Amino acid sequence: MNEEVKLMKGNEAIAHAAIRYGADGYFGYPITPQSEILETLEAEMPWETTGMVVLQAESEVAAINMVYAGAACGKAVMTSSSSPGVSLKQEGISFIAASELPALIVNVMRGGPGLGTIHPSQADYFQATKGGGHGDYHLIVLAPSSVQEMADFVTLGFDLAFKYRTPAMILADGIVGQMMEKVVLPPARPRRTAEQLAKQCPWAITGKPASRKQNIITSLELDTSVMEENNNRFQRTYRLIEQNEARCEEYMTEDAEYLFVAFGSIARICKKVIEEMRQQGIKVGLLRPITLWPFPVEAVERVSQQVKGMLVVELNAGQMIEDVKLASQCRIPTYHFGRLGGIVPNPQEVADAFIKFFPDSKQ
Amino acid sequence: MNINDIIKPENRVYTKPKLLLDNHMHYCPGCSHGVVHKLIAEIIEEMGLEDKAIGIAPVGCAVFAYNYVDIDWIEAAHGRAPAVATAVKRLNPENLVFTYQGDGDLAAIGTCETIHAANRGENIAIIFINNGIYGMTGGQMAPTTLEGMKTSTTPYGRRIDLNGYPLAMAPLLAQLDGTCYVTRQAVHTPAAVRKTKAAIRQAFANSMNGLGTSMVEVVSTCNSGWKMTPVQANNWMEENMFKKYPLGDIKNTVK
Repeated sequence: MNEEVKLMKGNEAIAHAAIRYGADGYFGYPITPQSEILETLEAEMPWETTGMVVLQAESEVAAINMVYAGAACGKAVMTSSSSPGVSLKQEGISFIAASELPALIVNVMRGGPGLGTIHPSQADYFQATKGGGHGDYHLIVLAPSSVQEMADFVTLGFDLAFKYRTPAMILADGIVGQMMEKVVLPPARPRRTAEQLAKQCPWAITGKPASRKQNIITSLELDTSVMEENNNRFQRTYRLIEQNEARCEEYMTEDAEYLFVAFGSIARICKKVIEEMRQQGIKVGLLRPITLWPFPVEAVERVSQQVKGMLVVELNAGQMIEDVKLASQCRIPTYHFGRLGGIVPNPQEVADAFIKFFPDSKQ
Repeated sequence: MNINDIIKPENRVYTKPKLLLDNHMHYCPGCSHGVVHKLIAEIIEEMGLEDKAIGIAPVGCAVFAYNYVDIDWIEAAHGRAPAVATAVKRLNPENLVFTYQGDGDLAAIGTCETIHAANRGENIAIIFINNGIYGMTGGQMAPTTLEGMKTSTTPYGRRIDLNGYPLAMAPLLAQLDGTCYVTRQAVHTPAAVRKTKAAIRQAFANSMNGLGTSMVEVVSTCNSGWKMTPVQANNWMEENMFKKYPLGDIKNTVK
């Protein structure tokens, strides 16, 4: 398959990108608003072409444990779900992180808490970026704001997961999952051969040849001094990821006097607001974190030294704002605007909120 | 006659399987796990599947199974071994994939994964150690605990009105179209050990031949948890456990 330009939903783009990445397996369970990922994969039947395994599991819990198993075998495996389903996966994600395994998890967020709503939300920011399951661990968290990024982050997510032997998450929201846009799908690459896998993942469970010792994938260690050293090793990896992998997009920040900080779909709305406000002479820019963990601390710190105030716009009650304030060390006025329960604000609401917080900006 | 005249390879009638590692087993004296581990090591060796075997260890006393049998192992979260085995086998169809689970793991927290893996007919073998109690955590009630049986969470004996009925998993799995072989065995006598070995061997062959899910339930003792000597535990098992969990093939579509 060569590069192709298509019009499709973000969820569908994830499915196509996974096949083209050469993923070995997908294990999922239906939940709105992301079921198109599983549906598209079942319709595409990649087991007939690339040999990719696709399985509808009996639960989100089973699905994440299938991902744990595939990852233990050194395979490029993934799952997807939405907020309540991702809560169910947390134990498994903790096991994957603790076993130092690469895997890709997609969360197309819906409004919570509880069963909540099927409408879009960004309320799982804390869960995704601060660990989510038990124990000291992090996921690499990628926040797409377009259908193109849904496709691109499958490749990026898998690559980073294998580079650092740690699970990565695509944290999308229902808008990005459901909206249709133009997307450039990358050319397909073949799945890794058994030889390539053994070279890349000498730790993988393959069946033990006489030439090597046992491979064991476990997160259990009863010797506390060894367990502490394991934890220290995880933390060293996390520091390395923080140094190397923080990503963000800056939009009209060069001359900005005020700053929006927003991720995912709502960042697109902020861009529209910025265009309109700049026509009124208000110099506003946008900083859009692409990696939510590692958080782009350096960029936020730098831009915060140049602007008079920041408005963090999120589809939640104020989660990322904590990281923005930490990065800028609360140096300047920093406010939050968000809608809850699956409501997406229109540009005028965001603009009104900005003027309410920063009345002096309108001179 | 000098003893060294007797100790010769040609006179040897029994040897430790090569795949059984020298690590000291943490199992209590009298426990059934050690015997079943040895059988698994022997069978893999006899079938020549050393480089194909992938074991899925449970949470429970057998959590450290990987310390004793020299093959590749994945340690699963509590109850999730059949889901783990599903993915391993689907992604590696040439491998022998088996789970090794206790009754808390398989019949309580992992009932969903067990039934669905079996119902999909995954080409895996499930070794199910049923000793009617949670051994690792200190002897609490399991779904398989018999009526009236004392455990640390049923200190006056399991009561049906409070705790429900003992759960027999093997007949339940035998009803599913995805299973090809469901049998219940024990390892309390040499004859029983030989039967269990034949059963596990068939389950492994079924996995390699892609015939569907096999389950070998081994009705076992937990003499520590039952607060008995090993001999008392064997007798108690014969008198009580076998009534609720009778031995023999429950389903065999392969014969």
